[in-house]
Amino acid sequence: MQAQTTSEQKMEALFAAWMSTEGKSFVSPEVAQTYQRRVQRFKDVVQLKKPDQVPTILLTGGFVADYAGISHGEMMYDYEKAARAILKFHEDFQPDYQAASNFLPGPAFDRLGYVLYRWPGSKIPSQSLPPTMPFQMVEAEYMRADEYDQLIADPEYFCLRVYVPRICKALGGWQLLPTFFATMEMPFIPFWLGVSGAPPVMEAFQAFLEAVRLNAEYGAVSGRVSAELMSKYGMPGTIGGFSKAPFDILGDTLRGTRGVMLDMYRCPDKVLAAVERLTPIAIQMGLQAAMMSQHPFVLIPLHKGADGFMSREDFKKFYWPTLKATLLGLIEGGAVPFLFVEGGYNERLDIIAESGLPAGRTIWLFDRTDMKAVKKFFGSWACFGGNVPASLFYAGTPQEMETYVRDLIETVGQDGGFFLSPGVVVDQARPENVRAYLEAARKYGVYG
Amino acid sequence: MSLKNSLVHAIAEMQEEEAIRLTRAMVDSGASPMEVLDAAREAMDIVGQRYEKGIYFLPELMMAGEILSQMAEIVKPLLAQAPAVKKHGRVLIGTVAGDIHDIGKNIVVFMLDVNGFEVMDLGVDVPPQKFVEAVKEFKPQVVGLSGFLTLAFDSMKETIKALEVAGLRNQVKVMIGGGSVDEHVRAYTGADAWGRDAMAAVNLAKQWIGG
Repeated sequence: MQAQTTSEQKMEALFAAWMSTEGKSFVSPEVAQTYQRRVQRFKDVVQLKKPDQVPTILLTGGFVADYAGISHGEMMYDYEKAARAILKFHEDFQPDYQAASNFLPGPAFDRLGYVLYRWPGSKIPSQSLPPTMPFQMVEAEYMRADEYDQLIADPEYFCLRVYVPRICKALGGWQLLPTFFATMEMPFIPFWLGVSGAPPVMEAFQAFLEAVRLNAEYGAVSGRVSAELMSKYGMPGTIGGFSKAPFDILGDTLRGTRGVMLDMYRCPDKVLAAVERLTPIAIQMGLQAAMMSQHPFVLIPLHKGADGFMSREDFKKFYWPTLKATLLGLIEGGAVPFLFVEGGYNERLDIIAESGLPAGRTIWLFDRTDMKAVKKFFGSWACFGGNVPASLFYAGTPQEMETYVRDLIETVGQDGGFFLSPGVVVDQARPENVRAYLEAARKYGVYG
Repeated sequence: MSLKNSLVHAIAEMQEEEAIRLTRAMVDSGASPMEVLDAAREAMDIVGQRYEKGIYFLPELMMAGEILSQMAEIVKPLLAQAPAVKKHGRVLIGTVAGDIHDIGKNIVVFMLDVNGFEVMDLGVDVPPQKFVEAVKEFKPQVVGLSGFLTLAFDSMKETIKALEVAGLRNQVKVMIGGGSVDEHVRAYTGADAWGRDAMAAVNLAKQWIGG
């Protein structure tokens, strides 16, 4: 009989896969060692240890394009230019880890008829933004208030046949998809395939396959760039997968901010039932990606539970229980949830800290939360970091940046379990401030 | 409790159906539309105070807005003959060029409106020149610039610069807010003040205009 694998063992296996140099190429054994040392450094802080120095990441969005002198539109449509921009950025700044950028497959979104976002250079007239603007989400009620029962009865069915046709206009034909249970009896199959052969359904599948192909072209470039950053400089990537808080799945992209907040008054039981139904999906989404990329970190941006958005009572009732369940599910599967806590969370720290999450299994990146309070509530059980203001990257001076980073590390970063990061994605920055940030990290972040 | 007091209570306590029922009852009993709207204002004072104290949050502002717009639908037919309400002053507002976020801005517009300011909302992705034209026509005392993206910092700065070039800068106070706006951003853009939430905007407008 096979011994049961514990969640710790699963996590260790994912860390080992991330750290492994097997099947990865490096220009020299020294660079391979640098790579492993950087992975170890992040693993150490996740497990609340004190590494050789504070791991430092850069959340750069639009700045990568700006710095290289290409437009946001080219970042989504000219893959070779985008690749050169990303390589140049890393070559010039030499961050320890691969920094995010706005490099995304515009043509694939066009082919899907994706209307949930607007982005520079889109071929869909209603979604097109000028090349100088970064992509932005369009808030709307993509799910109606009277559709809760349908969502709760079968979220995947609702997603495939109602939600996706609304946000991907080219996949509209999926509304007509007959149930795949029809495959259970051979004589049923001609009917099932026959309905699937209706022109709108065929067109939807065709659009889907073409989008898959367009995305593969992007994926090839993206993979090549990432491999080169690893091989040349020993820079590890820091994200293995993505997921979201169930309340945000409902609030951000199904009902919209206004919709979900009215629902909290009008049909609270349905809101609660919906977020519970979405929880296993949130877990599965993160775990699948982490397993595919063999990287333990699952990024979860948090939106509508922040201070100011809802009361502590509502946070405890609507937001936190299913987020906690999502985190526990991800941890159980061996992943390390990497929470990107946007806005302020000062009124939430105690609730989270006292909820009994296991120690050394999560990462918390804070934005405007008081970092001393974070240290007090999280220091003993969770890795944390963040808080360097985006405004400082753009409107500050190198001296101000150095002072901020020094103070932050001195105040909350002395005992390990801490990483340095901007509090939000930096779309715009002065290059000298980015340099000052990285230099200050090296100057003040080395543990003696 | 009078019908009006019950209505104030129902709105302030987020009892949507009860508030609508009471609005109809007031109208049916011959109350003037002004009395109904007075109740709405009184209730919104309570909601605003609770929001400021951290008792109420966005769901309550959204719900109050929803109740008020349903009430407005009910009294609208009767409003034609009613005298116009005197407003405290005018606030021009918009999300700056390049940014299409509007949730935060819409809440600010709503809170300014229910606090007795005349608000002109230019929408999202508003170019500097459009702000300039609107300042000339609408003659606001306060201009509110909203933006969620860091990209908005520059648009805010350019908008304020455009007001300056047009010779309008000293006629208005400029407040900014949204996303990662803070004191650094205020100094960078040349705005007069920045605020973290809708009540901060209301308080700035009150401080500058009165009311």
